[in-house]
Amino acid sequence: MEDQRKPEKNKTSTTSNLLWFFGVSTCVKLLLIPSYHSTDFEVHRNWLAITHSLPLDQWYIDKTSPWTLDYPPFFAYFEYIISFFAHLVDPKIVDLEKGLDYKAESVVLFQRLSVIVCDFVLLYGVYRLSKNFSMGFKERVLMWVLVVWSPGLVIVDHMHFQYNGFLLGLLMMSISYLMEGRDLMGGFIFAVLLCFKHLFAVAAPVYFVYLLRHYCWKGFVKGFWRISVLGAVVVAVFAAAYGPFVYLGQMQQVISRMFPFGRGLCHAYWAPNFWVFYIILDKGLAFLLKKLGLNIPVPAASFTGGLVGDSSPFAILPQVTPLTTFIMVLLALSPCLIKVWKNPQPRSVARWIAYAYMCGFLFGWHVHEKASLHFVIPLAIVAGNSLEDARHYFLLSIVSCYSLFPLLYEAQEYPIKVLLLLLHSVLMWQSFSALFTTDATAKAVVSAKKTDRQVGLKGSSSDVVEKGGFHIGWIGRCYLFGLLAVEIWGQFLHPYLLGDKLPFVPLLLISIYCALEIMYSWIWQLRQIMVST
Amino acid sequence: MEKKQRKKVKNPMSETESNDLDDISCLFFQKGIMGLFLLISIFSLLLRVAVSLHSYSGAGTPPKFGDFEAQRHWMEITTNLPIKDWYFNTTNNDLSYWGLDYPPLTAYQSYFHGLFLKHFDPNSVSLFTSRGYETHFGKLLMRWTVLSSDLLIFFPAVLYFVLVYYGGNRSGGNKSDVAWHIAVILINPCLILTDHGHFQYNCISLGLTLGAVAAVLSQKDLLACVLFCLSLNHKQMSAYYAPAFFSHLFGSCLRRKNPPLEVLKLGLTVLGTFAIVWWPFLHSRDAFSVVLSRLAPFERGIYEDYVANFWCCTSVLIKWKRLFTTNSLRFLSLVATILTFLPSMIQQIWSPSSKGFLYGLLNSSLAFYLFSFQVHEKSILLPLLPATLLAMELPGVLSMLLMHSALLSMFPLLCRDKMAVPYMALYMLSILLYLAPCGKQHIKRHLSRSMITFSIVISYLCSLVLHIIYLTIRPPEKYPFLFEAMIMNFCFSHFLAFTVYTNAKQWMLSRQSTSRDKEKKLN
Repeated sequence: MEDQRKPEKNKTSTTSNLLWFFGVSTCVKLLLIPSYHSTDFEVHRNWLAITHSLPLDQWYIDKTSPWTLDYPPFFAYFEYIISFFAHLVDPKIVDLEKGLDYKAESVVLFQRLSVIVCDFVLLYGVYRLSKNFSMGFKERVLMWVLVVWSPGLVIVDHMHFQYNGFLLGLLMMSISYLMEGRDLMGGFIFAVLLCFKHLFAVAAPVYFVYLLRHYCWKGFVKGFWRISVLGAVVVAVFAAAYGPFVYLGQMQQVISRMFPFGRGLCHAYWAPNFWVFYIILDKGLAFLLKKLGLNIPVPAASFTGGLVGDSSPFAILPQVTPLTTFIMVLLALSPCLIKVWKNPQPRSVARWIAYAYMCGFLFGWHVHEKASLHFVIPLAIVAGNSLEDARHYFLLSIVSCYSLFPLLYEAQEYPIKVLLLLLHSVLMWQSFSALFTTDATAKAVVSAKKTDRQVGLKGSSSDVVEKGGFHIGWIGRCYLFGLLAVEIWGQFLHPYLLGDKLPFVPLLLISIYCALEIMYSWIWQLRQIMVST
Repeated sequence: MEKKQRKKVKNPMSETESNDLDDISCLFFQKGIMGLFLLISIFSLLLRVAVSLHSYSGAGTPPKFGDFEAQRHWMEITTNLPIKDWYFNTTNNDLSYWGLDYPPLTAYQSYFHGLFLKHFDPNSVSLFTSRGYETHFGKLLMRWTVLSSDLLIFFPAVLYFVLVYYGGNRSGGNKSDVAWHIAVILINPCLILTDHGHFQYNCISLGLTLGAVAAVLSQKDLLACVLFCLSLNHKQMSAYYAPAFFSHLFGSCLRRKNPPLEVLKLGLTVLGTFAIVWWPFLHSRDAFSVVLSRLAPFERGIYEDYVANFWCCTSVLIKWKRLFTTNSLRFLSLVATILTFLPSMIQQIWSPSSKGFLYGLLNSSLAFYLFSFQVHEKSILLPLLPATLLAMELPGVLSMLLMHSALLSMFPLLCRDKMAVPYMALYMLSILLYLAPCGKQHIKRHLSRSMITFSIVISYLCSLVLHIIYLTIRPPEKYPFLFEAMIMNFCFSHFLAFTVYTNAKQWMLSRQSTSRDKEKKLN
């Protein structure tokens, strides 16, 4: 009797605890409604207006606002659905002409609430993961802390304004199905996700190889049947998304909107990736050669300006084209793909997918700093697996959140972003310490408990510190202090000492400094994937 | 002694609880009290900053604006005029426009904050021209002055209190209980909304009081006197606690070796602190009396707006303002207040104890809130502070109910300030706090009887209905304040019941302790 009741009770307590975590984060999100929002806010408002007031064949053609629709059709349908509610709240929100740059309270409240409500998808994804995956209770709570209370998501979604929580929720759902072994469902949801935001396609090779090997590689007849089922599902999803536009003969237009390659290698603020080093190397070489007396033509286009035209911005090094970046991403992915092919096991799926997004982030074309969420969130699933994972995640998560700081540049949000990062670091530090001290010394504590509770606890905790519980080592510590120094320089010393001179240096410093850790993390992950069996 | 007993009661409880609840808390609360405090204080600071993004009282409503403008105006006055003119009506200081009516410590605080504003944005405190100064940056600077005061005064006071309350044994005690207690004190939605939303500096006076309470608990009576006098000199409202401080300190002095000397020491400390704070105004009798008269606004009515106290709520039936003159009302309210806090005072002089002192603080501040003259709806913060300090003693459901009635009683005010969204967010957060894995055990323990559960559910339903009515329905033309009156009567009934309960509880304490003494003697 008791044995039957126990899992039932466990389940409800899991659900209610998860809901509690989600509720707390929702309160914070509600409080952040009046905070700064970027132009992405107006972008999404404009999409509401486009989808609401124009017929389908105009969606990808309309140019009333510079913020044209450049997400795949499912996202457009999604905007179409919520635009009805927007119309009920305030018809001006969905007005194509009058609504331009509409900033009334109603539209802010409506759009912010729509993001908050959409986060329920993330909640469901996390719930699925924690329900089925055989995690210990502590690891589960740890994952909630890392995902549901993720500072990066709060900064990007609830301040800067985007719908990443919703999209990442789909990704988490897909991962949870794969981990359960329900490959078809996982593939289906991933296909749906691709039709919401095509940037997630970086992980498609991993999905492809994994599904082919783990789902379809089951003998000739069964394999052929499965491959056709999988193919049919994916084709059906894509047909639902793009079918209407194929029918209207607008595919060319849709694709040109979705892949604006005219935008240049780097975003206005450089995401901390490989290309930062490439550019720096180029500048350094040019400077050196000029000192040596060589005549180096100054490139016409500059990087700090943002938009880059056709001319090469590099003085020495060869130009980088979208094709180069594409090949580099595939090359970086290939070791992982081979590993997937050799040994497709469900429990490593999250790691592989995160690695794929990492490669896309490091070597991709026109990468936004926000894309770091794509690998930080899935990695949270495996962060509690081992001490090394925890150490790696601790630094990576801090750096990825820190690299988002330039998104919120106003004084009003400064304390918020700092506090969010601090809270996240302290939470991670405390929960990782708890996770790895108790695991290591559980037995010691039990024996000590019997004699004297107080003394036993004290003794064991000091033991653990000596034996090496959770710590990040002196390199990690130095790196974090450096991070602090970069922030203090950029925020306080630079404006104080140099005034308006060299305004791009603080951002440059952040990019380079964060890129160091991201590069290290990439190498670490690659090694981890290759070593694991 | 009392603490040890409490722990004994609790340990078997926590062991029988399901394991996972313990797991959640031990995931975060691995480090000692300092670690807990760090974590919770960062979170509550985040909440404060987030609330400060919202609107403030009197935003964009000339000519008088609201509390925000009052505070800014005081900074303008104190930074531009010599100290002797601060409280006087001169050509440069028009007292009818938000004249300074708080004690000198507030004036000094305004002066320092004014210097801060002047450094970054001189226009925001320039004499005359800055009236109704509302810029984004100006608002930000003002918000940061409150945040820094909160961080520098209230937070350390909470830490001091928690360290004293849970004694020296830092590893001992149920950590999740300690964490929950810290969270209940720091995440007080009413305080956050008033200070960082509506705009006031209650964190300073309440923080000083809390420091004094902690000093009393650690038996540093002189320090307690100094801190409490400072609190009184920041906001005269701190006098709500005066009976409790007086009775407890007096009672414990009587039990020492040389009572008259002890009392004399305390008295001199009080006088000395007052003398230092009031020094610039002591050079003439005239100056002193003018400042004093500024602090006691007796010419105003018995209550302002809608407050959940006795006078306002019974005025639905009895028109106090019409039946009596202001003078007789003043006397009446004084008598009523004294009669209400007298029992708790007597108890503390009779048998002073730490727990009894906390109850005394709660009872005397409730007495003032319910019956004294000129009470604001924001004054509910004063009883709430000791109520949160007693969170581990009071039944969880009751302290939750008190917190939420207090929130409801501030709802009309916050709606006027356009703060309905942060109000709702913090209301929800407060419920979640009480339902937190560690708080839940606390609440469940008292939900055993179905009668209690039933009445609490009814109360929450009523409160929900009142919220919805207030937000959606327009009151009838004949009674424009009908819904306010309903809300206030609802809250008043809760506060009154609560006062009766906590007074009874305080007296039970002394019975317990005397019986315990007897047992000891027998043993």
